[in-house]
Amino acid sequence: MAMDAHEIERMIKAALPDAAVEIRDLAGDGDHYAATVTSAAFKGKTRVQQHQMVYAALQGNMGGVLHALALTTAVPQD
Amino acid sequence: MSDVNARIDAEVKNNDVVLFMKGTPQFPMCGFSGQVVQILSYIGVPFTGVNVLEDQEIREGIKAYSNWPTIPQLYVKGEFIGGCDITREMFQSGELQQLFEEKGIAVKQAS
Repeated sequence: MAMDAHEIERMIKAALPDAAVEIRDLAGDGDHYAATVTSAAFKGKTRVQQHQMVYAALQGNMGGVLHALALTTAVPQD
Repeated sequence: MSDVNARIDAEVKNNDVVLFMKGTPQFPMCGFSGQVVQILSYIGVPFTGVNVLEDQEIREGIKAYSNWPTIPQLYVKGEFIGGCDITREMFQSGELQQLFEEKGIAVKQAS
């Protein structure tokens, strides 16, 4: 079982419409990705809260179908 | 509070630094857990390792406890700090070392 990069991007953007999402496939197995997500919705949130917002967007796939997502979150520069 | 939550609560409240991980500090069984062990060892902060592979109830319970879907999970003075990514980011920026200082946790800075 695995997820493809477009699926991950689609789910994140569905929850964070303004998000800029950059995904790299680390191992080519659909299970290990690195993603950088930039969204104004992260403003004022701690890193843990920002990551939790992305995990929520992935609707439970994180830690299950998607084994590893090396995540970096950022707020867009004004 | 459910039994597993009480057990987790006791673990994080009775130890300054707790790492819920796959494997043990001596033998991490997952790259991400191993990375956090290396960071804590480099900083020289004593910590308690909880091997979730030996306890399926804790392995699932910890995810609900912190609303965080993956392992490892680092706790300092009862507060959830993050998983591997956040711990590494904080270490690289120096925030992790600062956090230990602020919380009054002694560290043996590696030479």
